[in-house]
Amino acid sequence: MLKFTEDHEWIKLDGDVATVGITEHATEQLGDLVFVELPDIGTTLAKGDTAATVESVKAASDVYAPLDGEIVGVNDAVGETPEGVNEDPLGKGWLFKMKLSDVSVVEALMDEAAYKKHIGA
Amino acid sequence: MSDLLKTSFHDLHVSLGARMTAFAGYDMPLQYASGVMKEHLHTRSAAGLFDVSHMGQVRVKPKSGNIADAARAMETLVPVDVAGLKTGRQRYAFFTNELGGIEDDLMITNRGDHLFVVVNAACKEADVERMRSALSDECLVEPLTDRALLALQGPKAVDALAALAPECTEMRFMDVRELEICGANCIVSRSGYSGEDGFEISIPEENARAVGGALLAQEVVEPIGLGARDSLRLEAGLCLYGNDIDSETTPVAAALEWAIQKVRRKGGDRAGGFPGAEIILDQLDSGAPRRRVGIKTEGRAPVRADTPLYEHENDVGQVGRVTSGVFGPSLQAPVAMGYVPTRLAEAGTQLFAEVRGKRLPVQVAKLPFIELGFKR
Repeated sequence: MLKFTEDHEWIKLDGDVATVGITEHATEQLGDLVFVELPDIGTTLAKGDTAATVESVKAASDVYAPLDGEIVGVNDAVGETPEGVNEDPLGKGWLFKMKLSDVSVVEALMDEAAYKKHIGA
Repeated sequence: MSDLLKTSFHDLHVSLGARMTAFAGYDMPLQYASGVMKEHLHTRSAAGLFDVSHMGQVRVKPKSGNIADAARAMETLVPVDVAGLKTGRQRYAFFTNELGGIEDDLMITNRGDHLFVVVNAACKEADVERMRSALSDECLVEPLTDRALLALQGPKAVDALAALAPECTEMRFMDVRELEICGANCIVSRSGYSGEDGFEISIPEENARAVGGALLAQEVVEPIGLGARDSLRLEAGLCLYGNDIDSETTPVAAALEWAIQKVRRKGGDRAGGFPGAEIILDQLDSGAPRRRVGIKTEGRAPVRADTPLYEHENDVGQVGRVTSGVFGPSLQAPVAMGYVPTRLAEAGTQLFAEVRGKRLPVQVAKLPFIELGFKR
């Protein structure tokens, strides 16, 4: 199940663990990424907390925790080579995995059609 | 958005797929489709074309007809040798205030019968007002609102321009000439803001699109937005007014002493005589309390403008501040400029920058970060 937030993150749910990344639209807006800062494993975040930071030549942008939960995995590969996020944002460019406090709230997020409408695509 | 001003090239930017942004009251291209990274690298390896028509172009004409009168009048506003500027030559300058701070930085050209001045977009009204109120007894101060301005920058800029105006190859860094390009009388200087060889081209508005189009038609030329303009100038160690220099920064604190020629310093024939002269001339001897420096990081995390700087990792009080910071595409590493106490301004000095709550080790670095490509 692929879901989206208004802040241009995508969430893929597997059991109670959500893999989170940023959308292709977000990478187009940000441009070439040069640095990605990922959260520490074990960090507990509330929805809307800053979970990661992605930086282009000109600017730093926060990536928010899409829901409440605990960080249980990070993609060290994009920490090393941030351009991986631009190349494959919905695949090998994922950022972090969160064990969700309440899986049921994922339902309320946008599906792909709703997200496309949100970005005017 | 509707009250933003547009340059002669606005619809060209839009048709080229530019992402537009508000800058100094103008709707300007931040980047084109290829993005900041590629635009930056293209300018360093070939040639980039920048629309800088938002900047202020001003003619300062001596009422006497004698250029020396305009030059001497201008010297009451800038700590720079204007009278010694030969016809067809340009020089970097700054307007100062009574406290020795910088009100704007600018380029001054001796055009033979007048001075041609280019100032920052955000300051242009204030600069015209400043020149009118100080110079009007001796000079006519005329904003050239009917001229566009393009910058063509990069190692292949000279080839691209030579295809349209072969005489440009005879110019050296900071020369200014009137060249005919596509039938238009353009004022061309061999200068720029990227650290590369290149030209700035002032064009009558009615010819702007023809000249811009002819330059873009050259195979080596790509359009470049404000994003790459900023990363290029920062790698080249050049100041952005409002960020790296401002009304509370003196030229000595800003490490711009090189722009104040001997003749305007203590013991010079035309020493002082500009706003804040006492403070600035004293600082030339004894230094300023703080100093602009380059800053390099040890990791890949960029340090951005307003990042606080600390002398030691666990210090409570900050000693300095970053004023500009980007990821430098040519260096493939973060580059920044900022101010530190002069005792900590030596290259190699280790400091700490606080980024998102973490203290990261950084080093004071020599400016510029790249080798400059000027044809001196």
